[in-house]
Amino acid sequence: MPLEGDIAQRKTTFKQIGTRPIRPDGVDKVTGRARFGADASAPGMLIGKVLRSPHAHARIRKINTAKAEALAGVKAVVTRDDFKDRNDALRDVLVNCMARDKALYDGHAVAAVAATTAAIADKALKLIVVDYEVLPHVTDVDEAMKPGAPILDKTMFTNNVEPKPTKPSNVASRCEFALGDIKAGFAKADVVVERSFKTEATHQGYIEPHACLANLGPDGQGEIWVCTQGHYMIRNTCADLLGLDISKLRVTASEIGGGFGGKTTVFIEPVALALSRKSGRPVKMVMTRNEVFRATGPTSSTSMRIKVGTTRDGRITAAEADLRYQGGAFPGSPVELGAMTAFACYDLENVKAVGYDVITNRPKQAAYRAPGAPMAAFAVESVIDELAKKIRMDPVDFRLKNAAKQGTKSAYGPTFGPIGLIQTLEAIKAHPNYRAPLGPNQGRGLASGFWFNFAGQTCTTLNVNLDGTVALAVGTPDIGGSRASMCLMAAEELGIGYEQVRTIVADTSSLGYNDVTDGSRVTFASGLATIMAAREVIKKMCARAAKTWGISADAVTWEDGQAKPAGSNAGNFKPMSFKEIAAASHSTGGPLAGHHEINADGAGVSFATHLCDVEVDPETGYTRVLRYTIAQDAGKAIHPSYVEGQFQGGAAQGIGWALNEEYIYGKDGRLQNAGFLDYRIPVASDCPMIDTIIVEVANPKHPYGVRGVGETSIVPPMGAIANAVSAAIGVRMLELPMSPPRIVHALDSRLKKAAD
Amino acid sequence: MSGHHVTTTINGDSVEFVCEPQESLLDVLRNHLGLTGAKEGCGTGDCGACSIELDGRLVCSCLVLGAEAEGRKIRTIEGMAKGDKLHPLQKKFLEHAALQCGICTPGFLVAARALLERTPNPTETQVRYWLAGNLCRCTGYDKIVRAVLATAVEMKQEKRHAA
Amino acid sequence: MQFEAPETVGAAVKLLAKASGTTRMLAGGTDVLVQLRSGTVEPKLIVDLKRIAELGKIAPEKGGFRVGATVPAAAIGENVKVRKMWPGVVEAANLIGSTQIQGRATLAGNLCNGSPAADSVPALIAASAVALIAGPKGRRKVPVEKIIVGPGKTSLKKGEIVTGIVLPARPARTGDAYLRFIPRSEMDIAVVGVGVCLTLDAKGVCTAARVSLGAVAPTPLLVKAAADALIGTKVDAAALAKMAKAASAACNPIDDKRGTKEFRVKVAGVLARRAAEKALKRARGN
Repeated sequence: MPLEGDIAQRKTTFKQIGTRPIRPDGVDKVTGRARFGADASAPGMLIGKVLRSPHAHARIRKINTAKAEALAGVKAVVTRDDFKDRNDALRDVLVNCMARDKALYDGHAVAAVAATTAAIADKALKLIVVDYEVLPHVTDVDEAMKPGAPILDKTMFTNNVEPKPTKPSNVASRCEFALGDIKAGFAKADVVVERSFKTEATHQGYIEPHACLANLGPDGQGEIWVCTQGHYMIRNTCADLLGLDISKLRVTASEIGGGFGGKTTVFIEPVALALSRKSGRPVKMVMTRNEVFRATGPTSSTSMRIKVGTTRDGRITAAEADLRYQGGAFPGSPVELGAMTAFACYDLENVKAVGYDVITNRPKQAAYRAPGAPMAAFAVESVIDELAKKIRMDPVDFRLKNAAKQGTKSAYGPTFGPIGLIQTLEAIKAHPNYRAPLGPNQGRGLASGFWFNFAGQTCTTLNVNLDGTVALAVGTPDIGGSRASMCLMAAEELGIGYEQVRTIVADTSSLGYNDVTDGSRVTFASGLATIMAAREVIKKMCARAAKTWGISADAVTWEDGQAKPAGSNAGNFKPMSFKEIAAASHSTGGPLAGHHEINADGAGVSFATHLCDVEVDPETGYTRVLRYTIAQDAGKAIHPSYVEGQFQGGAAQGIGWALNEEYIYGKDGRLQNAGFLDYRIPVASDCPMIDTIIVEVANPKHPYGVRGVGETSIVPPMGAIANAVSAAIGVRMLELPMSPPRIVHALDSRLKKAAD
Repeated sequence: MSGHHVTTTINGDSVEFVCEPQESLLDVLRNHLGLTGAKEGCGTGDCGACSIELDGRLVCSCLVLGAEAEGRKIRTIEGMAKGDKLHPLQKKFLEHAALQCGICTPGFLVAARALLERTPNPTETQVRYWLAGNLCRCTGYDKIVRAVLATAVEMKQEKRHAA
Repeated sequence: MQFEAPETVGAAVKLLAKASGTTRMLAGGTDVLVQLRSGTVEPKLIVDLKRIAELGKIAPEKGGFRVGATVPAAAIGENVKVRKMWPGVVEAANLIGSTQIQGRATLAGNLCNGSPAADSVPALIAASAVALIAGPKGRRKVPVEKIIVGPGKTSLKKGEIVTGIVLPARPARTGDAYLRFIPRSEMDIAVVGVGVCLTLDAKGVCTAARVSLGAVAPTPLLVKAAADALIGTKVDAAALAKMAKAASAACNPIDDKRGTKEFRVKVAGVLARRAAEKALKRARGN
């Protein structure tokens, strides 16, 4: 979308943008007052709990709930029979919330109860008798693709392959993105590296389990309080699944204790509403950590083959990727995004990326920070690193020589506008950490990464109060400090103090539809809508001043937070401040408010380069991250502290993904490590300080130049760390996580090979 | 199931409650006493979001039974600020942007206070290991560790000033 | 479920002895509450030992120490005398979980939970620690290595309580050490744990040694062959290599979410060597 009208009015000098004020929700969060998903309660509230399948794959012959219903204190039991079956796009969502004919993974919801206490609800779950016919299961992506694998869905035939398959399979679809002629490209290469990689599934690992408090009356009017990245999504999905009018369901987003993409869909919310409707009482549901791991969405595990060729002087001639991502028991793995992003960092003539979306007996994957991109980037950046070594070229220089830049046509379609990849590479090269001396068993690695960033449907309302303060309502849950950024942008536009703006996340009945907080879109899109709403207020304020002065509205301009006559011709009036116009509003036409609604576009792609030093204990395979440096293009950092925080948080998640995090399944298809003890996210002593460099290449489609920053930071870490580990031990690591047993195994295998 | 009548002291106030024997102290704080500042991230002592002090020891309140609280002294996040005066750690966490989503923040603050009360001049390594039982998934710990170290410096200066 | 908090050992024993069904004791409670929460155990009776004054103390005993059953690991770490005499035991105790867990977890609880991977147990075995037991038939003392008989199983009889652990007086020129391997820097269960205690004569020749391994078999092991590899030597590289080999050979591990067999066997040898080197350094200083 071209920048038109007011959006084109771009700012490049700022009074408040780029400062680091204290976030508006800060005091509540350091005093324990902030209310998260599980912190709400209601009079007469029941506790809801879910019965989950212990089997990876089983036909559900019968569910007998009679004994549970008869237990004193049990007020409602729901099963598949309480949700109307459907055949549209929401069917998978529904089936994931409550199993129908089959349990498709360990942890799949089979029934739910609401009771007066948690203990009674737990007891009731044990009284529900489910008659299962256990079926063969498959959890590994390569196994699931083999002929003869247990088929999860006999009606599924692979999409996008010609001729259309005649047999059902676990491959939901194939996708392809290509440019040029890879055969000809590889023919021109002097050096070709081809490698196969595997990555295990990882979970977003937000510390707050899913929680909600639902209240739905027999009149079809309801409310739900929920920790989610998208309360409008909750409203629309739940209303649809329960057959309610959208307007009758009011959703309030609680404070949210992390999401990273994992809270962009429904799990317990429709169930809580159904229990509430059936019992006639408010129902609170809070997942246990075990349930979070077993039944909410991790990201895909993958199997990949990457082939890249280069000339001896470092120009990549062709690149090819085969990506196989399993997305759990339903189609929809982010393999397409993986295929689109795999080579986006490079300016290539000949490139081809093919993806396969595979289903297995695992929980339905959910978005996880730049979904699909990190795995492909790990594989591609490993091969790039190996190529650089083979042609004896500095890895930064090799990337610089092939880096995507303004005008590069990407394999997934668009031609890039102004982008900052080269700047991130140069910043890393100039950083002292790039030259820090390395000791024995230490290695250095770097990798770049790309993410699209999304924009989407957004609206905000900005109300001016009589005292000259501003109430800003946004519809995008604040997951990492975005209210501070909104306050900054409104204050910057209006020329008032940061403290004069209060931003809230409005409920679904108070503000129009907003897409989910995802795709790193909030600071861009809600920020854009906030700026536009502020500009509308300014326009109105100029008109009010004009009215006061008895001159034409065109003859008033806005400068430094004041309305002024546009020139001496307009008349000689004392400028009116924001505060004065606000105070007089009741006598100049009533309340002052600005509103903006937009289906935003142009979020601005972003790139990052990460540099990492590790030390590996060659006897135990234990890896310590010594130094970590990030350079990422933020377009324009509104609140630099929270931009740095996004960079650092992504890196830490990447450290976990690279070294220790993984879903471990037993032979029985059950998840072995459904807790924080054995699903090993990095702890404070696993991480070094994480140095950040904010690169600012303005996004032309945002008035301040903002790009999304939240997701890109998890794309490069696995490649950077794998390259560092491989350098430290002298063996190329091809699987994630690079856990100690895998590293020791790789070292021992090399010794064995050398001995043979 | 028989309810246990428990009298205890929370943030200096005498408190009575009745709980079931299997209920954790975290359940009691959150569900019976309305003290929802301590969070449940795991219920198994692995995340530290429910950190409190029990008779001067930092513990996970999810690993203490409510019935065990009889006659004990408990400190929670709700008692950290004195009236409208924030604890220096609370201030530094805000200044350093040491929180993103904020769910782990109460646990980190309670744990960090316990550290500084024992070790007023911790090294970065001491801070990291002391806080290893508090999981944060948003920040990468960088700004949290910096905030704790900065608080130690400030508290030392304030002490010197007061002396 | 019934919760009791008796104030004497006798009262606790009586409660446990007459109880029917599953019972659990709370020393620190850090394992029991997890079991309760997951529903893997539904005890009829829980006896909180923390109101029994004598169990909450560290007291001198015959030149060594008696560490009461409810003394949290943090308090052991704060005890300068224990730390000086048995640094390996203290470092093992202080590796059990996070700071928060340290505020609750106890040596007796770590032992009675019966996990083959308990951090403090190999260190206690290496240090020749003894468990003090009170039961319906009176009191008895049992070497720590005789307590755990299988994963989650102990040799304690119905109604018996471990009231404390005795750390003996440390012989001259003796040093102990404990090392464990975990994938992260903190917060994990040991994939392999090794406790070593060794004694030197005036010439620096090893006259006694105990090597104990955790997490590599259904119970913690006391590996005589590994100790024998050190005894009579100056604990030089050759002796250490032989000892490491013996440690690896003694392993009978499983493949699980925490590590492969192959990995455990190898790392047991590596850590045994490193722990012995650490213990040696301490023995030379004592």
